[in-house]
Amino acid sequence: MNDIGSLVVHMLDETTKTSVRLFAPELVLSGTIVVMLLCRILPVVWRVPTQWIALLGAFSAFGLALCQFSQLMPPDPTTPPILHPTPIFTGLLMFDQFGTFFRMLLSLFLILTITLTVLTGIPDREDAPDFYTLLLGATIGLMIMASANHLLMLFLGVEMTSVPSYAMVGFLKGRKQSSEAALKYVVYGAGAAGVMLYGISLLAGLTGTGSMPEMAERLAMIVGQGAGIGDPTVRTIVLASLMVMVGLAFKLSVFPFHFWCPDAFEGAAAEVAGFLSVASKAGAFALLVRFGLAFSGHSKEVSSIAFALGIGLGVLGAATATFGNLSAYGQSNMKRLLAYSTIAHAGYMLMSVSALMVLRFSKHANPEAVAEANAASLSCIEGLIYYLFVYLFMNLGAFAIVALIRNQIFSEELDDYNGLGTQCPVLCFGMTICVFSLIGLPPMGGFFAKFAIFYSVFKATSVHWVMWFVLGAGAINTVFSLFYYIRILKAMYVKPRPEGARKVNYDLMPVGLFVLMICLPVLGLGLFPARFTETFNHVASVLLTGR
Amino acid sequence: MFSPEVLSNLIIFVPTIVAFFLIFTDKAAVEFMRVCTLVGTAITFALTVALLGTYTPGDGGIQQVVAKEWISSWNIYYRIGYDGISLTLVVLTGFVFLVSMLASWGIEKHVKGYLILFLVLETGVMGVFFALDFFLFYVFWEVMLLPMYFLIGIWGGPRREYAAIKFFLYTLFGGVLMLIAMLMYFFESASMTGNGIGSFNLLDLAKWAAQGNVFSPGLQVAGFILLFIGFAIKVPTFPFHTWLPDAHVEAPTPISMILAGVLLKLGGYGIIRVAYPLCPYGAQYASYALVAIGVVSIVYGAFAALAQTDFKRMVAYSSVSHMGYVLVGIAVWKISEVTGAAEGRDYWLMGMSGAMFQMIAHGVSSPGMFFCVGVIYDRVHHRDLNQFGGLTGLMPRYSGMAAVIFFAGLGLPGLCGFIGEVFVVLSAWNYSKTLAIVSASGVILTAGYILWALQRVYLGPEYKGPHPEAITPMNSREQAIGWALIVPCFALGVYPNFVFDYTDKPMAKLVRSLDDGYQNTPKPHSELQTTQK
Repeated sequence: MNDIGSLVVHMLDETTKTSVRLFAPELVLSGTIVVMLLCRILPVVWRVPTQWIALLGAFSAFGLALCQFSQLMPPDPTTPPILHPTPIFTGLLMFDQFGTFFRMLLSLFLILTITLTVLTGIPDREDAPDFYTLLLGATIGLMIMASANHLLMLFLGVEMTSVPSYAMVGFLKGRKQSSEAALKYVVYGAGAAGVMLYGISLLAGLTGTGSMPEMAERLAMIVGQGAGIGDPTVRTIVLASLMVMVGLAFKLSVFPFHFWCPDAFEGAAAEVAGFLSVASKAGAFALLVRFGLAFSGHSKEVSSIAFALGIGLGVLGAATATFGNLSAYGQSNMKRLLAYSTIAHAGYMLMSVSALMVLRFSKHANPEAVAEANAASLSCIEGLIYYLFVYLFMNLGAFAIVALIRNQIFSEELDDYNGLGTQCPVLCFGMTICVFSLIGLPPMGGFFAKFAIFYSVFKATSVHWVMWFVLGAGAINTVFSLFYYIRILKAMYVKPRPEGARKVNYDLMPVGLFVLMICLPVLGLGLFPARFTETFNHVASVLLTGR
Repeated sequence: MFSPEVLSNLIIFVPTIVAFFLIFTDKAAVEFMRVCTLVGTAITFALTVALLGTYTPGDGGIQQVVAKEWISSWNIYYRIGYDGISLTLVVLTGFVFLVSMLASWGIEKHVKGYLILFLVLETGVMGVFFALDFFLFYVFWEVMLLPMYFLIGIWGGPRREYAAIKFFLYTLFGGVLMLIAMLMYFFESASMTGNGIGSFNLLDLAKWAAQGNVFSPGLQVAGFILLFIGFAIKVPTFPFHTWLPDAHVEAPTPISMILAGVLLKLGGYGIIRVAYPLCPYGAQYASYALVAIGVVSIVYGAFAALAQTDFKRMVAYSSVSHMGYVLVGIAVWKISEVTGAAEGRDYWLMGMSGAMFQMIAHGVSSPGMFFCVGVIYDRVHHRDLNQFGGLTGLMPRYSGMAAVIFFAGLGLPGLCGFIGEVFVVLSAWNYSKTLAIVSASGVILTAGYILWALQRVYLGPEYKGPHPEAITPMNSREQAIGWALIVPCFALGVYPNFVFDYTDKPMAKLVRSLDDGYQNTPKPHSELQTTQK
């Protein structure tokens, strides 16, 4: 009895003294949700616009995450950090630089999305509490995904993101398209979640634990020396990991699990589509990296499983990028086009995860090669983070401009964009920056991000020849993507505005400022990447080596 | 007044500063913005001349290197500097942009946007010529794409959308290949930098390539193929030239002048500054193919020009033909099969110098030809060679100027086109007699299509095409442009040392280090050579 008593006391102690404090950003968001729902009940407070409460909550969460990040990694390298990476909630979540960075990124993104909805007025006054509850709830789920340290939390995070997302996609009530999109999303999502849950239970059943840091060790114990793919245990492990990855691939809209993406994006409001395309990618990639690294250990057999998975991810990434880019070419709806572009970008990012796993889990002859591979895998994560960071701004920018233009011309068809360049120069200029960044042209941030990813894939080519194919696919896809991205610019600038088309006029101040606020970072990240690369490098090195 | 380092930075960024200023001017103040841009390009040109004035070749190495750390974790620097090779091209760029700006006066559509893009383009081009960091080079290289796409796509002719996207796609494709080569060299140089990160420093990379034992022959061959395709698209050489006629024909006159005068030179410059120094073994390995491609370009371009009925398309194909000489001149690097040493290295040096001169000469004569086409097109709004004729009587001064400029393109002795072609053909003789003869026949074909065009456009009894009433003599702005182009045609033709004074020593140094690089690289079949040593 005494033992259990001390265990409970210890757990309570850990939870109240460390875990809750470090979980503050999520708690603040949860609190905001409660306040927003209460507002609806109390007529006195109902006068306060909900979006301001949501914005306040998002700002506080961002502030807290920023605070934690700067305590983990002081801006001045000479001062010792106040916080240190530690598992929290008895190892269910991991509090470290990597996770905190993503939580910061997600709350920043939340701020930008809420600002956008304020500008476009997409949820009306009556619906606002519901909408922002869903938005904040999904963000909490994503934050949990980013810091998951346990298979249970992996599933919980994914589901907590997905369920509000389904509702948000169908939020434009009364629109048939929107409901259809939501239904498709739910069906696909439920299927993928089921498969993932099956994979998780297989893994947990095999290893007897759900904790990801212990997974590699346990796997090494059950896999015999020299066991190959013929060994039933190995086969089960591969199957289970693939199933978990199916769930993540669904969130990432990776080929062949991407079918929901164009439909859902077309049906949903552009604001929601922007949120889904960026935030759920950031969360899912963070989770994928954590899951991939869970195979790290000394066992050769486990490593070779992970290596094979890495190669598979590379091929999948190449296929996704190619498929996304080729499908985008025929689209005439802006949101559909951007949905396929999102798929293609997921492919590029997947390449860097693949390079990471290939480099980290390859067989090394000597310690020198190990050190080299570790340095190389560092740059993979660095590149991925950089890409996601740029992607946040450029993709949100593109979707935001689609939403803002929609409010003026009441259309999201590419043909209706003809000749807009002279009528709303700021929005079109913003779109130009975003599009050039999405293509990956210097001096935009998208170029440097792509450069970093190509470099990590290039490094992986020295390990396995398939990576040459992946690199080639990435390079060729850059050229492919030009075809459809340039159509947007062609419509806006080269084509004339049709006779009798509705005149577009914008009150420049809040909207223009918002667009510049999103687009200037895209340019800035391309011109001055130095400071960011150093930070990301540090984040990656803590994740990989603990230092 | 300014130190050379400051001057080179100013040359790169003055156009952007002016462009930035233009953003805040009123859209209606068209004339004011034009004058501003003219002043901006004039200042830039003046600065390039001032920089040329401070330059002394010394040992022919790169001078006045400015290096500022840009992205430290990747060893990327903002590193610029110049030698005679880049500096002469920089002056050419300043000149062509100034002249094109004068020719841009007739642009009436969205003037503000046009001028801003025009100036950004100038920054991109200048940046490429000054950049000594591969990453920076690539950034400037791609920066040119954006304005160029819009300049062709918005202000071009009827098929402008097609031409613009074609130009963009070709160049982007080349750029991606260059990017992969860049990554290869970055990766391979990691062992040499001392901190385990690779290098983008073009000077260091060239130095290591000259040492021969850093970059393996396989890497050099693969790298050279990637880089060469990237640059050959820009030059353009057969078979990568098909974007050029479309882009040239559809682009507005001033943009055609810039395309022909400057942008094509970037390809040649890239081969001289990047592809050869980084992969001497690969370059030598491919030399016969390169010379052959160059010769095919000369002859093919000339034949294609002969077949055109569109005046501007004919001039466009003449560019393919003329740029072929540049490639031949660079590539005539002969290695004796017996000794493995360079054979007739001085001829190769002569070819290189000829190629360099040809780039400058073509940079003057080709914008001139496009300008002549533009002048008549502005008046009669067609370019059909068969519907011209008799312009000499109607526009005597214009016809005289056009004759001089076209003769310069033809390569008449005493005008600028002559020196480069002769140097190249002479040096090709040392390399391969067959190819030299074929390339020399290109001279005759050139004379054929140029004389025939002159005859059809300017000579003859009377003009029978559309809009005869619109034919008026040149105005003073057009005359100014004409004179500005004619003077260097004569000056370079009579006194070629205007170029050679600056380029001789850098070229000699380059040839020496390339030869070292080739000799030092261990050959894949090295048993033969080691026994001979």
